[in-house]
Amino acid sequence: MTDAVQSHNLESQILEFTLNGQTVRLSAVSPTMTLLQYLQQSGRSGTKEGCGDGDCGACTVAVMGQDAQGKPTYHAINSCLIPIGAIAGRTVITVEGLAEAERLHPVQAAMVETGGSQCGYCTPGFIMSLFAAYYGADGAIPDETVEGNLCRCTGYLPIRRAAQQLSQQLSQATLNQAALNQAPLNQVTPRDRFSAQLANYAAPRDDFAYISPTERFYRPTQLQTALELLHQYPDAVVLAGGTDLGLDLSHRRRSFPTIVALEAIPELQEIQQLENSFSIGASVSLSHLKTKLHGYFPSLDEMLVWFAAQQVRNRATMGGNLATASPIGDLPPVLLALDAVVELVSLNGVRRVPIAEFFTAYRKTVLQPGELIRSIEIPTTLTPQTTQRHSQSYKIGKRGADDISIVAAAFTIDLDAYNTIVHARLAYGGVAATPIRAIEIEQDLIGQPWTRETVRACKPKLRDCFTPLSDLRGSAHYRKTLVANLFEKFFIDMGGR
Amino acid sequence: MIHQSKSHESAIGHVTGKAVYTDEQRPPVGMLSLYPVMAPHAHARIKTIDLSGAEEIDGYVTVITASDIPGINNTGVILADEILLPTEEISYWGQAVLWVVGETDIAAQRAAEQVKVEYEPLTAILSIADAIAADRFHGQPTQISRGAVETALAQSDHRLTGALEIQGQDHFYLETHTSWVIPDGEGHFQVYSSTQHPTETQAIVARVLGIAKNQVVVTCLRMGGGFGGKETQANPFAAVAAIAAYKTGQPVRVKLKREQDMILTGKRHAFLGQYEVGFTVEGQITALAVKLYADGGWSLDLSPPVLLRAMVHVDNAYYIPHLTVQGWIAKTHKVSNTAFRGFGGPQGMVVIEEVIDRVARALQLPPEEVRERNFYRGSGERNTTHYGQEIVDNRLDRIWQELLDRSNFSQRRSEIAQFNHTNVDKKRGLAITPVKFGISFNKVQYNQAGAFVLIYTDGSIQLNHGGTEMGQGLHTKMLQVAAKSLGVSLQRFRMMPTSTDKVPNTSATAASSGSDLNGQAVKDACEALKARLKPIAARLLELPEDTTLEFAEDWIYYTEDNARDNKRKITFEAVVQKAYDDRISLSATGYYRTPTIFWNPETGKGNPFYYFAYGAAVSEVEVDGLTGMFKLRQVDIVHDVGESLNPLIDRGQIEGGFVQGMGWLTMEELVWDDRGSLKTHAPSTYKIPTIREVPENFNVHLLQRAAQEGVIYGSKAVGEPPLMLAISVREAIREAIAAFGHHPARVALASPATPEKILTAIEQITAEVEIVS
Ligand SMILES: Cc1cc2nc3c(=O)[nH]c(=O)nc-3n(C[C@H](O)[C@H](O)[C@H](O)COP(=O)(O)OP(=O)(O)OC[C@H]3O[C@@H](n4cnc5c(N)ncnc54)[C@H](O)[C@@H]3O)c2cc1C
Ligand code: FES
Ligand code: FES
Repeated sequence: MTDAVQSHNLESQILEFTLNGQTVRLSAVSPTMTLLQYLQQSGRSGTKEGCGDGDCGACTVAVMGQDAQGKPTYHAINSCLIPIGAIAGRTVITVEGLAEAERLHPVQAAMVETGGSQCGYCTPGFIMSLFAAYYGADGAIPDETVEGNLCRCTGYLPIRRAAQQLSQQLSQATLNQAALNQAPLNQVTPRDRFSAQLANYAAPRDDFAYISPTERFYRPTQLQTALELLHQYPDAVVLAGGTDLGLDLSHRRRSFPTIVALEAIPELQEIQQLENSFSIGASVSLSHLKTKLHGYFPSLDEMLVWFAAQQVRNRATMGGNLATASPIGDLPPVLLALDAVVELVSLNGVRRVPIAEFFTAYRKTVLQPGELIRSIEIPTTLTPQTTQRHSQSYKIGKRGADDISIVAAAFTIDLDAYNTIVHARLAYGGVAATPIRAIEIEQDLIGQPWTRETVRACKPKLRDCFTPLSDLRGSAHYRKTLVANLFEKFFIDMGGR
Repeated sequence: MIHQSKSHESAIGHVTGKAVYTDEQRPPVGMLSLYPVMAPHAHARIKTIDLSGAEEIDGYVTVITASDIPGINNTGVILADEILLPTEEISYWGQAVLWVVGETDIAAQRAAEQVKVEYEPLTAILSIADAIAADRFHGQPTQISRGAVETALAQSDHRLTGALEIQGQDHFYLETHTSWVIPDGEGHFQVYSSTQHPTETQAIVARVLGIAKNQVVVTCLRMGGGFGGKETQANPFAAVAAIAAYKTGQPVRVKLKREQDMILTGKRHAFLGQYEVGFTVEGQITALAVKLYADGGWSLDLSPPVLLRAMVHVDNAYYIPHLTVQGWIAKTHKVSNTAFRGFGGPQGMVVIEEVIDRVARALQLPPEEVRERNFYRGSGERNTTHYGQEIVDNRLDRIWQELLDRSNFSQRRSEIAQFNHTNVDKKRGLAITPVKFGISFNKVQYNQAGAFVLIYTDGSIQLNHGGTEMGQGLHTKMLQVAAKSLGVSLQRFRMMPTSTDKVPNTSATAASSGSDLNGQAVKDACEALKARLKPIAARLLELPEDTTLEFAEDWIYYTEDNARDNKRKITFEAVVQKAYDDRISLSATGYYRTPTIFWNPETGKGNPFYYFAYGAAVSEVEVDGLTGMFKLRQVDIVHDVGESLNPLIDRGQIEGGFVQGMGWLTMEELVWDDRGSLKTHAPSTYKIPTIREVPENFNVHLLQRAAQEGVIYGSKAVGEPPLMLAISVREAIREAIAAFGHHPARVALASPATPEKILTAIEQITAEVEIVS
């Protein structure tokens, strides 16, 4: 045991959290048991398993946390993906915790009234997604709230009606309270025991370590501690949001001897605006990222709209998306097109790696054992002479929402005053063993006018830039066509003719 | 309360998480879990099985193999061709070779992972085309025919031929298959199963155990979705659990993981349709010859009636004077395909809508005009199907006109033409398609139902009927029917789980017939009870026993009194108590069989349907010409549910059915690799619609003044027909694709029409020129 760990005296055999207002104390359980498995084993069968994959939302629960502005809020998350270790010290609400005796929560009442449940198996998940939104809503609960919840029976229309009904109630309540001057507008509007509970929220600030007979689970609050733990336990696995790692736990029921969770390290949760860049902490959740960086990088905004669904975005991180190095990861193309720099840290110090050099082979990166991604820096400076930047991203899947990409693409084109291309980035996912740029085409484009003729002219070559595979999502032919067509689509979307 | 919107009877249970599904009951002491060992081959011989590794695992109990089956190792329902546990041969990829019993779920999984099986791979037939080439079919081809097709084709103004592959669909009910079997130690078995057909599950469990049916009780609490996927598919899992319970003497549960469920259970049949159509210059179809090949998979299951339903819906709403349809069931090394909402009907309809579109484009006529021109109408032969059933109460024209008006069809068509004129990279498409769907089981025996109503002396009531609840709202409707029939409030009732010891020999809850059949049976039971209570009420009111009395709102009224306030009346409770005191039975069974239906399988003729359900839908889409992605912009529906028993529930069936159909036709793609292994076995790879694919602008109108004679309280079946309204999405996409070309004479479009397939279609039409002979 390192000094750092010992001095914090953080090891414990007890895992504690709050569930529907009651304290749960567990010992001798595996910290890699998922929250869903725990709920089911303890007879709380309201929360359902529809897939165990993070894809259906039937297992959705609400966990107290903070929104991007630091305001306490409820997050809808997939309980099938989250290890119970990560729940320590947190407050969880499940579908069983909403009604008071016979009195339904407004979210439940709305779903009953609109016929939002048919077979009812998806319903607890929808209820919890709506519940979380109810306390975070600025008077509106959009479709996005439940895009991570599958329903096979209703066709979603009654559920949308329930959300709209709730939105109306919320905006009415906000107006009433404002009129009566009862509460400043920025306070949580529905005033009930759940908003009261939010008011008392305190983020877990202490180091946490839980030792079961077979596994150790660490959640340090200092980056240094995390690095020391990684050094001490070479077999340790890093856990950020767990939306990739969770699949191993849920599905394959794998267990890991040592887990080091990053979510309590404030340093990794920061987004800083520097003079020439934004620096994004590796474990900022994508939901926070989506809100906080909104408007700065259109291609990132767009990709985050199509990235997984709310429950996953509430947990998933940029660090995880890069470290997992999936060739169909959605953020790498965006970051490639923006020339991001990945900042890595280990006990040996810090190094900065351009994103274009970060991925080395299929699911391989430059990350060394004991090394972590600390942050990702996205430059805000434009190429000199640039008077206009065009930048956008695209994601093509069989289904628009919450699908894995067949091809993802991100483009950046800088133009000078004469509409000449001075800088070009064409980056893709899903077309090679790693996320990749079409460097040859980028070079060809420099000095050319930004016209449809230019774009059309480079398409044949662009089409054959990569040799993608055919798989269940799409054929090589389709992927190649998309590589070229998406660039033309980009041209059109940027107002070109 | 009848004909009113009432929320689902379990809605509060659903939203609070208190509604109990099979696997959420309090587990009995010592309950064991099952986990399958699945074969990594589509077709293979089993050489050796080595359990030594599994036996090492903590919590391992035993395995279940064919030699543990005390009865018959077969779960086939139409034919005994479905081995439950293989002894020699593997017939589809993922088939369970054996099941491991563990003290816990995880123990069973861990032990199953250690079982080593050696196989000798054999050649596998993996597609309809392969099966045709190898002449591998289940049974003999069937045919339904009217007129003289060959001659009529020869004499037609125009002729076209074509073929179309229609892919299958996974049910993706949110609750995967689950069974619990609890032996009582005295040779009886209580089965809890997520089954749409408890009676059949009971029969199969009895068969594999080699015991009489009365030794087995099958109970279905409720299902987290069924859609046909739990009609026969629940049987093998209940059977395996029963064998394990028999072998161990302990309660045993099986709950499939999503991936297992998707690999092990049958799906909607993929179809290959080949056609030759003859038509006039005006687009009137004069003759049609169709060959339908359904991918039955490795065993027969329900394939014959599925194929039959496709064959009797290949006409959809259209009168085709000379029509021959022939059907084959391909025998492949794939999972055995099964019932799925529409039961073959949707595949038949997709074929005829394709044909209509071909005809329209060949003649450069608007498809909606050709559709309308060919409708069944009038009376006699012109309004009679190819299997000889006259379409009494044909509502097609009425619905069509109403929908054209409501959807503002013609104006939108010209707006879209304008849009398409000005946009190069995006095109919009608008289409309207009809649905005519026959209601009743094609198998005449199934068209019967039972109910059992028990009144207790405090006036509370238990309601049992033979139907199962899978989300479709059947229980809610049955409560409404019972409450209306007995004139009491809904609060009096407890809806009992469907159980074979309450109502025996029931039919599957399927074919959209749940409310029609069970509703009549419930009403029958209630009427019987009312008949017993009436004389008692009359006596209590000091009226002659044969006085006409009204049962309403928990009272029994003397109807002859005018002003309601002054009416002589007595409470339901008082009458019930008095009945008990007078030793009158307070429980009754009810029974119903559908009249007038018959079917001759030899001739392919008859009146198989009690009536038809009708609807039509208009869909508008926008297609991106660079990616093939489409967006559904607006949907307008007029649908005929008769006089709705419950508009909230019926609307839910229409909306849900439509979206499910849209998923089937556009994004739900089942992909098998060349070894026959299913690559899309999880929601990460198999994409059903989310809320984002459902347009805000979605208008459903229930046809008014539409009471259906002879059906429970004037209502109509609603479970399946709306799924086929989604064909309008496919046809709207086709319209948009056509707009990328110059009036193409043909737009070939794969099903499902994924973005990739849409882009392929766009690429094709810009090249292709069709010659009409
Ligand atoms: C339902 C669902 C939908 C999804 N949809 C998408 C999608 O649309 N697009 C997409 O790209 N991905 C998608 N994913 C994958 C996943 O959500 C993303 O890759 C996500 O960004 C992973 O982040 P995480 O924090 O959850 O990673 P984790 O699961 O916590 O970690 C992933 C890997 O990265 C390592 N790691 C994490 N943080 C660091 C760090 N700071 N330094 C070094 N190593 C680290 C971990 O050790 C692990 O090996 C989806 C996943 C699910 C379950
Ligand atoms: S069970 Fe499907 S998302 Fe968790
Ligand atoms: S109500 Fe059945 S899945 Fe949503």
